[in-house]
Amino acid sequence: MTTTFEINGRKVTLKAPDDSPLLWAIRDEVGLTGTKFGCGIGMCGACTVHLNGEAVRSCVTPLSTVAGAKITTIEGLDPKGAHPLQTAWIEAQAPQCGYCQSGQIMQAAALLKATPHPTDAEINDTMNGNLCRCMAYVRIKKAIKLAAAGPQGSKA
Amino acid sequence: MNAIPITPPPALETSRRGFLITVAAAGAMMGLAAPTGAAAAEGYEPTIWYRIGRDGTVTVNVIRAEMGQHVGTAIARIVADELEADWSKVKIDHVDSAAKWGLMVTGGSWSVWQSYPLMSQAGAAGRITLIEEGAKLLGVDPKACTARSSMVSGGGKSISYGDIVTRGNMSRTFTAEEIGKLPIKPATERRLIGKASHQLDIPAKVNGTARYGLDAKVPGMVYARPKIPPTRNGSKVVSIDDSAAKAVPGYISSLALDDPSDTVPGWVMVFADSFVAASSACDLVKVNWSAGDTAKTSEADLQKRSAELIADPKAGALVVEDPGVDAAFAAAKSKLERTYTTASALHFQMEPVNALAFEKDGVMEIHTGNQWQSLVLPWLAKALGRPEDKIVLKSYMLGGGFGRRLNGDYAVPAALAAKAVGKPVKMVCTRADDALFDSFRSPSVQVVKMAFGEGGKVTAMDHAAAAGWPTQVMAPFFMPKGANDVAYDPFAISGANHWYSVGAQRVRAVPNDLANRAFRPGWLRSVGPGWTNWAVESFMDEAAQAAGKDPLAFRLALLDAAGRNAGSAPNAVGGAKRQAAVLARLAKKVGWGGVLPKNTGLGLATTFGQERDMPTWIACAARVNVDPATGAVKVEKLTLVVDAGTIVSPDGALAQMEGAALWGMSLALFEGTQFSGGQVQDTNLDSYTPLRMADVPDIEVEFVESTEAPVGLGEPATTVVGPAIGNAIFHASGARVRHLPIRSDAVLAALKTKA
Repeated sequence: MTTTFEINGRKVTLKAPDDSPLLWAIRDEVGLTGTKFGCGIGMCGACTVHLNGEAVRSCVTPLSTVAGAKITTIEGLDPKGAHPLQTAWIEAQAPQCGYCQSGQIMQAAALLKATPHPTDAEINDTMNGNLCRCMAYVRIKKAIKLAAAGPQGSKA
Repeated sequence: MNAIPITPPPALETSRRGFLITVAAAGAMMGLAAPTGAAAAEGYEPTIWYRIGRDGTVTVNVIRAEMGQHVGTAIARIVADELEADWSKVKIDHVDSAAKWGLMVTGGSWSVWQSYPLMSQAGAAGRITLIEEGAKLLGVDPKACTARSSMVSGGGKSISYGDIVTRGNMSRTFTAEEIGKLPIKPATERRLIGKASHQLDIPAKVNGTARYGLDAKVPGMVYARPKIPPTRNGSKVVSIDDSAAKAVPGYISSLALDDPSDTVPGWVMVFADSFVAASSACDLVKVNWSAGDTAKTSEADLQKRSAELIADPKAGALVVEDPGVDAAFAAAKSKLERTYTTASALHFQMEPVNALAFEKDGVMEIHTGNQWQSLVLPWLAKALGRPEDKIVLKSYMLGGGFGRRLNGDYAVPAALAAKAVGKPVKMVCTRADDALFDSFRSPSVQVVKMAFGEGGKVTAMDHAAAAGWPTQVMAPFFMPKGANDVAYDPFAISGANHWYSVGAQRVRAVPNDLANRAFRPGWLRSVGPGWTNWAVESFMDEAAQAAGKDPLAFRLALLDAAGRNAGSAPNAVGGAKRQAAVLARLAKKVGWGGVLPKNTGLGLATTFGQERDMPTWIACAARVNVDPATGAVKVEKLTLVVDAGTIVSPDGALAQMEGAALWGMSLALFEGTQFSGGQVQDTNLDSYTPLRMADVPDIEVEFVESTEAPVGLGEPATTVVGPAIGNAIFHASGARVRHLPIRSDAVLAALKTKA
């Protein structure tokens, strides 16, 4: 089947089965490999992208559900790769192996869009679905808080 | 920065092949620097470890895998410090496998420890030449010249390294022997080591451009997903029925691999033109196997075998065998014996194992993340029937190592498949495939005994540990011999040969032959110290209690640095005194002996990290709350004090401590699986449940300031947290648990049986 959607502001049309997961379309058809494969059952969060602004697990999102939708991946989060979360991630030196970090950042971006100043409990609730096997959680949380505080806060 | 590394072709309905060609042409596959030969022609390469370009750029060749430890930055800073290079001009290149690099391995928390002297001396060699040639160009006596921040200065004049390389006679090279004699500068002269810096690998990890094995592509490749046989060893393919798979669009074929190296016996590869098709087809392919003889083996069988072997005093290797152990036990006023066990545990690195393999210009290229190239290359040579110099492992970022990728077995089926089909093959395992194929941490059984004399004096200790031995199965050449001339896996027993002075000591390492056959035991972050210290440090608390002593005072008295525990240069200066120092400092930090709320307890543990010849002195206090109604354990705080000698990269060291401490907590409370019917029973996150953000306690880490030799940091914290939690549970509730992972029902059961 043919599916057309927008990814990082670019329109693409793909030929693939309807039940084909969005993740593999992004990685192998569109060719954007920043979105990662971890568990395939929506429980690690490494494949997190934005679907019409909402964070979704692309490994369990069938292509048929994204027709006409707007997808944003880590490559499209900010044109210069300098989204406040990306800047904060570097300031906090958050990543270790880095494999889960695209998903962590995309999940956190959706969180801050909905809740610009999340509490610790709100951060935990939202980010608990994103496994970091290196267990860099202390710094991931720190980076989210830095980004939420904005440029002023990050200097404090 | 180019946030989008690949521009999709303008045609909307792209063919996959067309797209892949674009990728390859863009050169985005590796993102590495120019080949050494070409760069050398344009710059100066005083040793194989780095080169200096005419523009002054210093590119450090890193043979260690990047898997989250930011190892390239640490090694580059060691080189750059002695080279007196401007850090802003330093780059790192994670090199592909080649004979010239010698042993290529990233594990054991060895990288900085092993690299420090050599990389320092390599940097010094470059500095010496640059000063010599810079002095000539400046017309100044080299003795009057100094090097600093990539400039040579003397007589009021200066010249940059780039200009010296461009204009000077940079022909001097150094032999390994010459380099080995170069002095390393004193700690007071260090300008980069121990100073704050950002890690060079991090920017690419926040914008999606970091390249992992899973991201490797080449034109014309086909995808493959394996059918994992019912047993890790001994399975044979009887027949393959792919009739149902033929309905999957894109399905190509299924193939039983012929593997002369016996690395992946009984493997069937299912090929398709996309991973999605390969995976769907794989689910539909039916394979009839004759399974190995462990198809019904269970976790209980494995543990029973360990217990049987421990009960036989002749089994295993005597790693420590002091005279008088039996006599001391026979003469003891009192004795204590306890048994500790640990369950199977998965690596569960986030990136499932995968590899892309293809032949190019007569060389089999294997594109995958790997921690021990030198180990897998001979397997590949045997499997493929070609010499090692016709095989190359291309370097990628690792989506988690933790020891899984020390065992490069996953490269073999991809390479065999590429050879068989004559095309590039990209093998990707699903998460469940990865778990079933994991070389997981063996379950273990340990029996620890202590003899006490007059006044509770410790007179002897006997520790026997049995488990599957990764080194015996995969790297037997790495096995030393015990006092009884029996070879043993040092990584599976390290920790039991501790630094406490306990009178006559015996440490016996026992291989579980059934485990070695039933699965491929793996090195999992810290390996043996992950279970031996669970036993040693739980036991030290129990022994203190039996002797009527405070667990802190009991330990400190035994850490007297007498005899073989005095330590020695260069790596273990101070010996057990340094372990006592971190423990004493920790006790002070956490207010040991103070009053705690009801159902709350503090537990201590201290270890030497990985190995006696490179001890990282570490101590941990866990503060936990135990719900007496449910047995639920909540870790409130972990406090750690560590003496790892010189700290090259302070923030990287802290990151490793944080992550490793949480690993220790996760293995103690959240992970663990069971071997069942010849395979692990938990294969994904629906039932295998590593620690998540909401479970993270307060963590406080303190490093001891030291200029001693730098030792390891990746693993030590994993060894100390589990027993600290177990001891804290006891102090909070009176429940003594002796099995990892600790489940609430075990705590409840222990509460009911407590004296």
